[in-house]
Amino acid sequence: MAGLNTEERNTSGLSAAGLSIDRVTKRFGEHVAVDELSLEIKPGEFVALLGPSGCGKTTMLRMLAGFESVNGGRIQLGSRTLASPETHVPPEQRDMAMVFQSYALWPHMSVADNVGYPIKLRGLRGTEYQQRVQQALALVELEAYAERMPQALSGGQRQRVALARCLVSDPSVVLLDEPLANLDRHLRATMEHSFRDFHQRTGATLVYVTHDQTEAMALADKIAVMKAGKLVQWGTPQTLYHEPRTAWVAGFIGQGSQLKVAAGSPGKLLEHATLMRGLNATESERTQAVLVRPEHIQIATQLPSAHQLTAQVENVIFRGERYELSLRLPSSETLLAYHRTAPKVGSQVAVSLDQGWCMEPDQ
Amino acid sequence: MTPALSYDKTYGSQHRWLLSSLLIGIVLLSLAPSLRLLIEALSDLTQGRQSPLWQVLNSASTWRALWHSLYTSGLGMLIALVLGSLFAFAITLTNVRGKTWLVFCFMLPMMIPPQVTALSWLQLFGPASPLLKSIGMAPPMGSPQPLYSAEGIALLLGIQSAPLVFLALRTSLLSLPRELIEAARISGAKQIQVWGHIILPVTRSGLIAGGAMAFISSLGNFGIPAMLGIPAGYYVLPTLIYQRMASFGTGVLAEMAALSLLIGLLALAGVALQQHLMGRSRFGLGGHSGRSHDFTLGRWRTLVTATLVGILLIILVAPLLALVVSSLVPAVGVPLNADTATLNAYAEVVGRQGATWRAVRNSLWLAGSAAVVLMLLSLPLAYRLQRLPDRWRGVVLSAIEIPYALPGVVLAIACILLFVRPLPIINVALYGTLGLIFVAYLARFLVVCVKPVAASLAQLDPSLEEAAQLAGAGPWRRLGGIILPLVAPALFAGGLLVFLLAVNELTVSALLWSAGNETLGVLIFNLDQGGESVLAAAVSVLVVIMVASLMLALSLLAPRLPKGVIPWQG
Repeated sequence: MAGLNTEERNTSGLSAAGLSIDRVTKRFGEHVAVDELSLEIKPGEFVALLGPSGCGKTTMLRMLAGFESVNGGRIQLGSRTLASPETHVPPEQRDMAMVFQSYALWPHMSVADNVGYPIKLRGLRGTEYQQRVQQALALVELEAYAERMPQALSGGQRQRVALARCLVSDPSVVLLDEPLANLDRHLRATMEHSFRDFHQRTGATLVYVTHDQTEAMALADKIAVMKAGKLVQWGTPQTLYHEPRTAWVAGFIGQGSQLKVAAGSPGKLLEHATLMRGLNATESERTQAVLVRPEHIQIATQLPSAHQLTAQVENVIFRGERYELSLRLPSSETLLAYHRTAPKVGSQVAVSLDQGWCMEPDQ
Repeated sequence: MTPALSYDKTYGSQHRWLLSSLLIGIVLLSLAPSLRLLIEALSDLTQGRQSPLWQVLNSASTWRALWHSLYTSGLGMLIALVLGSLFAFAITLTNVRGKTWLVFCFMLPMMIPPQVTALSWLQLFGPASPLLKSIGMAPPMGSPQPLYSAEGIALLLGIQSAPLVFLALRTSLLSLPRELIEAARISGAKQIQVWGHIILPVTRSGLIAGGAMAFISSLGNFGIPAMLGIPAGYYVLPTLIYQRMASFGTGVLAEMAALSLLIGLLALAGVALQQHLMGRSRFGLGGHSGRSHDFTLGRWRTLVTATLVGILLIILVAPLLALVVSSLVPAVGVPLNADTATLNAYAEVVGRQGATWRAVRNSLWLAGSAAVVLMLLSLPLAYRLQRLPDRWRGVVLSAIEIPYALPGVVLAIACILLFVRPLPIINVALYGTLGLIFVAYLARFLVVCVKPVAASLAQLDPSLEEAAQLAGAGPWRRLGGIILPLVAPALFAGGLLVFLLAVNELTVSALLWSAGNETLGVLIFNLDQGGESVLAAAVSVLVVIMVASLMLALSLLAPRLPKGVIPWQG
């Protein structure tokens, strides 16, 4: 099996495979941690599982790895069934690799031994072993640290050793469990870059668990947003940002304001005119939730024209390249907007909305 | 359904099955002696007044020995409480000097075999004391040895078990976060009020638990009441059983089983009480990670330090000095000076190829092989234990704890009952061989070896093993390549502890030894009973040196071990 794997890899570069998650359910006693979750992950895709803590994303990842069994549904890698209520392929036979939140570097092995362990288990020895370890360490720029012990490394370096250990065996799927959670802000930016780089170079299928939406947006090709064990939305970062399915997703991803209008229906984009008309209707008619992103709001300090709204400036925050304003509409709804200059707090401004996205109400 | 169970069902059946059978086998073997004892003691109840249990309960000597046991253990417990809490409070809460050495010296009496403690104190007092003779302060010949009394026994029991109180109290004091004390101070409490309102109430359960442990340990102690009580005709329960067995042999086994049941029940009740209290003292203070408080003693610092050192001089240094002096004189009663000093006793112990050397060899061999076998068993056992649901883990730990918690005499009687007839099928007789002592040691010290390994495993980040699993390592490979190197220090410490306890062991082997199969503990006891106290002192000095060096070796391992593995390091 080991020989076969290496041969295959040497000719085809990397053997990324698609993952199919079909109505997977996991229960812990009475508690349903993952509820009929379905995802189709294409070979080589970088996927993020995003959600607040306790939403079941880590449980899902651990089911992919094989550390948890499934109570219902099926997980397939290519055409091979990894898990279902009847079958369970143990983690050591899944041909996956994982970066753990705690890095999980074995403290009794040197950096090179840590990295080489997966291929040593696959029977590789001698020069080929040395070469593969060197290559993996070169990819994360840690060749000089091969003989150090993990304890002697900094947080970011440990993270990169964990990454190198993942790529040394050319796994078909790499799983990452909140890998940046223990790093400081500056290091996170650097590591985000190495992850993107890693993905481009290897072409492996990556599944990345995080609760940080900016991290997910920056890294992933596609994001699965989860809430209370259920999949809320599955799409590209652009789709999630511009077309969030529910008000909850909209609140979770990016900045923006949610208003009630008397126009449109869920899944529709409202143009300027329709949106402004819908906003001016009486309160009882305004039932549709609409998301307005701050970049779609124009502010003018002159008096309002007919198609504009008046709003009171409640708060102004300096954000460097612009000011962030929080405005109070006559309907007492709040609106978040950007502007080049800082209007006085308490002053009236004219507001014009370019577009808005209609969402489903939350379940 | 718990996640662990569903995991179980789906895969990894072969190694799980093997480890589970090992676990079940060990639990059954741990329970077997106690069950056998229970059956023996209760079997003939149908005979009514003729049954052994009834006879034992109706005998005046039983009740007298029981009263003696309760009296000496109770008084010993009080002494232990005073000594133990003094040291625990002073060392844990204040800035006295030389804490590490104070703790080490205070813990030493717990690790020194009780018969050696008794012997050294006997050499310190009385008309024949070589030390008193050498400094010309010996009482006249014929005056009584003050230690041959109930109070003498209680004093030594107290000194021997004071470290137990110290440890229990220190644990609860260390978990007392300094914020609690600071909050009281800022609310306006004076030092004395802080003690009364905060420290004592919070540590009360630790104090009670420590007292209970000291009581149980004293109840099961054989070496001290045997050395001090038997010459005075003062019998406690363990020495009563020993004396009956020595006089009547296996003929009185049924009665002895009934007597053992009595002490066993007393001890187990004490253990249950103590575990209940320990559990309660840990609960409620969890979640704090604060450092413990340091009271600054100011100008009292030197005085307090001197007091502690003074106490150690009296309870540890003086008796050991007396022991050394006794081992250097040519015969009992001769004062030590430049002319009389001789190493003859040591030459006799090391040089003569007689019973002495044989006993040393037996003990080293027994303790060494018990340590190795238990180390081999502990890793797979602790590994499987880790994967059990909490409730079951508690049950298994209690089962393997029983042979250790029971007084040694009880375990010895149980083992005789179990092995007095040749084993069925293989037809091998263990009774009267070293094999019986070996089996008893395995049962008794298993928990000593398993606990550090289990603690170390519990501290291990599970992702370390999961990472190896994803890398493709099967169960045995993970156990050998990842888990073993990481818990090796704890495993080694467990083995050393077993060796330390087994090599000095007297209580179990006192009943199980036979000619040619003496152990070191039995040897010291027999030499002293035979009047060869100089030789006994020489062996004892060697034993103390060995104990202290093993303890030092363990202390060197301490930085690589989870907290609490080494008994004398909090």
